[in-house]
Amino acid sequence: MAAPPSLSARAVPDGVELAAEGAWTVTHAKSLDGLVDKATRETPSDRPLTIALHRITALDTYGAWLIERLVRARRDASGATRLDGLPERYRTLYDEIRETEHDPAPAPERRSILVEHLEALGQATLRFGQQLLAFTAMLGAIFASIGRVLTDPKSFRLTSTVHHLDRVCWQAVPIMLLITFLIGAIIAQQGFFHFRKFGADAYVVDMVGILVLREIGVLIVAIMIAGRSGSAYTAELGSMKMREEIDAMRTMGRDPMDVLILPRIVALVIALPILTFLGAMSALYGGGLVAWAYGGMSPDIYIERLREAVSITHFQVGMIKAPFMALVIGAVACTQGLAVKGSAESLGLETTASVVKSIFLVIVLDGLFAVFFASVDM
Amino acid sequence: MSADPIIDVRDLVVGFGSRLVLNGVSFDVKRGEIFGFVGGSGSGKSVLLRTIIGLIPRRAGTIEVLGTRLDQASDEQRRSVERRWGVLFQQGALFSSLTALQNVQFPMREYLDLPQRLMDEMAAAKLDMVGFRRADHHKMPSELSGGMTKRVALARALALDPDLVFLDEPTSGLDPISAGDFDALIRTLQRTLGLTVFMITHDLESLHTIADRVGALADGRVVATGSIADMLASDHPWVSTYFRGRRASALTSRLANSEP
Repeated sequence: MAAPPSLSARAVPDGVELAAEGAWTVTHAKSLDGLVDKATRETPSDRPLTIALHRITALDTYGAWLIERLVRARRDASGATRLDGLPERYRTLYDEIRETEHDPAPAPERRSILVEHLEALGQATLRFGQQLLAFTAMLGAIFASIGRVLTDPKSFRLTSTVHHLDRVCWQAVPIMLLITFLIGAIIAQQGFFHFRKFGADAYVVDMVGILVLREIGVLIVAIMIAGRSGSAYTAELGSMKMREEIDAMRTMGRDPMDVLILPRIVALVIALPILTFLGAMSALYGGGLVAWAYGGMSPDIYIERLREAVSITHFQVGMIKAPFMALVIGAVACTQGLAVKGSAESLGLETTASVVKSIFLVIVLDGLFAVFFASVDM
Repeated sequence: MSADPIIDVRDLVVGFGSRLVLNGVSFDVKRGEIFGFVGGSGSGKSVLLRTIIGLIPRRAGTIEVLGTRLDQASDEQRRSVERRWGVLFQQGALFSSLTALQNVQFPMREYLDLPQRLMDEMAAAKLDMVGFRRADHHKMPSELSGGMTKRVALARALALDPDLVFLDEPTSGLDPISAGDFDALIRTLQRTLGLTVFMITHDLESLHTIADRVGALADGRVVATGSIADMLASDHPWVSTYFRGRRASALTSRLANSEP
């Protein structure tokens, strides 16, 4: 390692001489910065200054700039500044550094916090409107695409749909079964724990059956699908958009709506009812196991009670909701995917937005369905 | 300038699965030279570069960079070597969440403990050296054109005043004028900063104008090294097609005519 740098001042007859020694390189940049600042402060500006560079052992752009910074700081000084003995091999480097611009552009001006927050609020409101519009447009485009397929069934991408069905349905089965099983078991356990206090053990089965078939089954599955498959859709379409694949497809006369989006949506609309059904069964199974092991209710009685408590209507209510939730999740995921711009950051933002929005909309939709089913007595 | 090798690669073997991409590659790059590497698409040029800088594991052979055997180096030694080289990736590989100025400051921030003022000044200087406009300092990478992205990436590669820079196709994707400017820029920087440059390229014009020596990669081996004149004299079929093919002859005659 080269000798550490130093900068020592001494008075000479015609002013001050600063003698630079050692390695003026990036490794020592921090101490050099201190040395140069100190020298700038302490050198009288009305006396001529000579900077002696004979004994510099190494110089790079950092060292060269710091010497140049010292020279520039004395630009307005009345005493002249002179460089002495710059080794010949560093001449080009120093000249290059002297010619370069060293001031970064001023950072974009920041306005007052109040104005910034107001602007952010306005932007958010505007964005909300735009996103609502984009979502509606996506729904419209999906139905237009369905219309095209109905008039020309051969144009439907069956292979692609089956491929996506495999990913969002078949491969999702194990995790969905596991989660709904646990949810069913937890509901039953909580039911027994609290209902036992007033001797209403038997009604736990009613609660588990109705809750799982009507609400929890479909909601849990829809939320899981939004997190698992909705995010995947957004990320896929987003990175395709970033790499101009979607534009390429358009120029070849293929509508990405028909080729990419419709198969994904159709797969999701088929998958969600299937997963909801499997999930509901798994949750009832989990509830049954807990009833047996924790509640002391034999499986025969559990099934008997379930048969009395649950009607086909509850099952229908749950299943009817599933495809609509799938449509919402798919449409949100695709809208966000197509909204991705060039950067990796934007891909991350849109994927997050896709999951958050689709879960929110699924819950809103569930509320609307509750109102609807109440008014038609289901 | 001394002639000690900055990069010394011996009998390098790299493969994926059952396919050997590089099979016994040996060459060296001397201090202060611009070494250009050519090879057909898919011949393993980028694999070679990525192996040297340690992104792809090797199967056999030795790699010595800046006097350190990278295959035997400890993490500490590796880092000290990494600090002394800069890499320009083909697509620039700028960090998309940082502005141009912040991208250049990134290595300074990670490796050195410098006052913000010095980092600002040095980053601005590096950007100015590579011909990047001051008005664009605070732009994000997604707002920059291909040529500007490459300039920022080069400034970032030069941020710590490296001894050695690796350039992966520096002129690809640039228009001929920008490519010519970029060649001149690399040459100027190499002279002023005393850099050693290891460059992968397809651009015959770059090779003719700035490369001191050229290596040719074919069939997983280095089939020829030497000056452009040596390449033109080589009788290896791929090398002679590459350097004496139709595009190459057009260029050679143009360069010959333009000389006074």
